[in-house]
Amino acid sequence: MSEKVLCVTNLSKQYGDMTAVDAISFEVHAREIVGLLGPNGAGKTTTINMILSILEPSSGSIHVEGMDIAKQRSAALACTNFAAVYAPLPGNLTVYQNLKVFSLLYGVQDQGHGLEVLIDRFDLKPFRNIKCGLLSSGEQTRVGLAKAMLNQPHLLLLDEPTASLDPAVARDIRLKIREFVTQTSAGVLWTSHNMYEVEAICDRVLFLSHGKILLEGDPKILPREYGKKTLEELFITVAREPLSLENT
Amino acid sequence: MNLKRIFAVMLRQFYLMRGSFSRVVPLFAWVAVDMVLWGFLTRYLNVSASSGINFVFILLGAVLFWDFFIRVMQGVTMAFFEDVWSRNFLNMFASPITIAEYIIGLVVSSIGMTLIGLTAMILIAALCFGLSLMVYGMMIFPFLLILFLFGIAIGIFGCAIVLRLGPASEWFIWPIPAFLSPFVGVLYPISTLPQSMQHVSHLLPPSHVFEGMRAIVTGGTVSWPLLAWSGCLAIAYILLASWCFTRTYQHAVRTGLMARYSVESLS
Repeated sequence: MSEKVLCVTNLSKQYGDMTAVDAISFEVHAREIVGLLGPNGAGKTTTINMILSILEPSSGSIHVEGMDIAKQRSAALACTNFAAVYAPLPGNLTVYQNLKVFSLLYGVQDQGHGLEVLIDRFDLKPFRNIKCGLLSSGEQTRVGLAKAMLNQPHLLLLDEPTASLDPAVARDIRLKIREFVTQTSAGVLWTSHNMYEVEAICDRVLFLSHGKILLEGDPKILPREYGKKTLEELFITVAREPLSLENT
Repeated sequence: MNLKRIFAVMLRQFYLMRGSFSRVVPLFAWVAVDMVLWGFLTRYLNVSASSGINFVFILLGAVLFWDFFIRVMQGVTMAFFEDVWSRNFLNMFASPITIAEYIIGLVVSSIGMTLIGLTAMILIAALCFGLSLMVYGMMIFPFLLILFLFGIAIGIFGCAIVLRLGPASEWFIWPIPAFLSPFVGVLYPISTLPQSMQHVSHLLPPSHVFEGMRAIVTGGTVSWPLLAWSGCLAIAYILLASWCFTRTYQHAVRTGLMARYSVESLS
């Protein structure tokens, strides 16, 4: 097995009496795309927020490239990046300005040619000098993904990255992410509600329910192991009858 | 400390200013209005009052200094509000930037914005009303430095309040200078105030600047120990405000406020 880029150990988050994430442990390896699946409120975004260190865990630890995020936050985040539909880049800056500012924040060395290559790769050339707020949601998603790859992260966190894209662009983006993983040996943690997409791109999936990891495995094999025809069917079972799987 | 990340915060502000007429105009418009209003008032007082005091140096100079303080403070808060308004906290604080780098970035952004306002004020006051800052001699530098430091402190403290109470609480921040002005004696000597208010005045660095400024204009001497005290106070307030901001940030990260900041939350 290749090296671990992310190691989450007994991670929990509590808000008063409510447990959002309940002692989960998992790893993401280099060149691996791991799907973090689960119904709304299962704890996916809470987990991602804790990995990004914008949410403090109640207990447990997170290591990125062997660095404890609680102790070496800056160094760990310098080799991490993310894209999420709920975190668009500032709409009052142009595509280029946003990428330039974030390239400085992430300590990117090649800010001239590197930015142009990224703009080109995500088909953003026509929008280079347009303010992000004026772009369509799909175009904004592409800018967010370009920002997420600025620093060639070893760990890439993608929270529903293709949610606002049409099927053709979504497929193109999936290919680009797969290509990025192959070329850079990054590890990816990917959340999505599109089970077709998950099956197509993820090497491994983790099913979260009520803050716990309920199932883990290969998305192409897992449904059969639990007597389901498709991953979507398995997802619905996790969402509606998680206890039936816990007892399996 | 990473200079690139500090530069990133400043560059973001520069891009915003460069591309926005409505952001640039307020930098000098309000201070220009203040200079004109107080300039004519002081000119009128010079003619009608027979005290022999040059009100241009006492009142217009004081208003210029006070506006400088307000510009510094608003320079910090405005740069912070840009992140609030564009819902950029998630992107900003999920990057490797540290709190110290972010705060320094806000301060550096403020310096640029303040210089524009200060230049406009000095030009109007000098060209239209004959106020030369040379009248304060070399003391102009410690005066401006103390006001600058205190402006930074109040600006950072304002950011902490908005971070803690949510975006709508920015309306608590704008009136802070107006709330402080009676205590610091911008327009009158501190001795005019009741004793209880004077106690507060002594704890506010600008009070000693305005007292010193009036002393110079009326031929008195500046109290160096008091000026040094106010400088130390201003530095202490910066440290205190930075501590407040850091604690508020840690609270926001612990409670989840940071992750859902755009949602109004006072919990």
